[in-house]
Amino acid sequence: MDRFLSLFQDYDILGAFWANIQLTFWAALGSFVLGTILALMRISPVPSFQWVGASYVNIFRNTPLTIIIVFGVLGLYSQLQVQLNENFNLNFFMLAIVGLTVYHAAFVCEAIRSGVNTVPLGQAEAARAIGLSFFPAAWLIILPQALRGAVAPLGNVLIALTKNSTVATAGSVAETSGLMRTMLEFNGDIALLIFLIFAVGFVIIVIPIGLATTWLSKKLAVAR
Amino acid sequence: MRKPRIALAATAAIAALALSACGGDGGGGGAGGGGTQGTGAAGESIRIGIKFDQPGLGFKDGDNYTGFDVDVAKYVANELGYSEDQIEWVSAPSAQRETMLQNGQVDMIFATYSITDTRKEVVDFAGPYFVAGQDLLVPADSTDITGPDSLNGKNLCSVTGSTSAQRVKEEFASGVNLLEQPGYAECVTAMEGGQIDAVTTDDIILAGLAAQPAYSGKFKVVGNTFSEENYGVGLPKGSELCEDINAAITKMIDESAWKDALAKNTEGTGYEPNAELNPPTPAPCA
Repeated sequence: MDRFLSLFQDYDILGAFWANIQLTFWAALGSFVLGTILALMRISPVPSFQWVGASYVNIFRNTPLTIIIVFGVLGLYSQLQVQLNENFNLNFFMLAIVGLTVYHAAFVCEAIRSGVNTVPLGQAEAARAIGLSFFPAAWLIILPQALRGAVAPLGNVLIALTKNSTVATAGSVAETSGLMRTMLEFNGDIALLIFLIFAVGFVIIVIPIGLATTWLSKKLAVAR
Repeated sequence: MRKPRIALAATAAIAALALSACGGDGGGGGAGGGGTQGTGAAGESIRIGIKFDQPGLGFKDGDNYTGFDVDVAKYVANELGYSEDQIEWVSAPSAQRETMLQNGQVDMIFATYSITDTRKEVVDFAGPYFVAGQDLLVPADSTDITGPDSLNGKNLCSVTGSTSAQRVKEEFASGVNLLEQPGYAECVTAMEGGQIDAVTTDDIILAGLAAQPAYSGKFKVVGNTFSEENYGVGLPKGSELCEDINAAITKMIDESAWKDALAKNTEGTGYEPNAELNPPTPAPCA
């Protein structure tokens, strides 16, 4: 028990989890916006938009996240000298958010598209019949219903994003998986306890997300 | 009707996997027990933990293992009565070394393993066989970095979970920017791109990195060490091999095989170990 408490004194465990929560929050926001745009492109009647949306999803959904994050540091920062922020540490934090965003946007796009499939075709036909062109029809009629049907898959993406934020350690962001490695290196004798701390930490963060999405998806479901 | 059958088959497969995994472990542990007791080496193999990813120290190159740690391990194993083909090399990443020794997954570890008091509580050490010190690797044309004090405002790279970068920030240059990467190879790649000014860790590790053919002539070790790391041979607690290993290390140093191994693995970098501390005298066994 003493060792357990001293771990919390010697290492900033809560701070590391806070970094993961921040990464998750900003990347969730970014990937929701980008994913919605991509979904609109994929359901649009313009072939070139459809092609761009489909290519994006196929490229980023099939690229390992670690490669995207490492590319942020070794490719964008080191070779191409891209700097998103003057502050050295904040720069890597933002690069990691960009990496997480572009990766998860592909999944958000597909989740929203699955929601679009729950909207009956008659809704789109009715929207066009009252004179709305594609964008107003999609924005005012299709997407609001599609999002209500996509709450559960979007929740799954958010849960995956929360856990994937630990990959940011490869992009020089101080967060839980990096801290866990440090703790293991110097406290190898209580490795199981350390693993347990981080596992329980993530369970505590993720379970409310799961409960909230289940509740929301029931509450928001469109009764047909 | 189909579903339950698939489920059954899957369960059976998982059970078989679990069973075979247990069987493998048990067999390995038994053989290891024989090895650690040191009772006659004939026909038995010895499992030695090394780094697989540190050029110049412990490096897996196809089926070959190269580096200074590997050379010392081969010499010591030979003195203990194990020929080279009786050695089974096992990857021993930093964070897993104590666990691997405690669980009997390896018989001894030669993996840039610094002797510290906290580690001594759970494992035994023979040696040291080398005294490294923290140093800096910089581009060959760099002149303004002469030591850790001159790093204010510079970008410094080290490995996630290591104390070396933290030490620079806390003790020498509070204005240093720290980049943390999964491995030293990534650090060197970043430095090649020009955004990173220095990489820090133990001097011999840096020399091994700089000695790689791809980087030849591009980087240099500053040569101003600011810590003392005694590399020891990690052994399970209560091992009886310590005395024999120390005798083997002393013999290797006396025979100049030690010096040759060091020169071979840092060739072309102009690296000289701290001569006041090297070659070391192995400490008496506990």
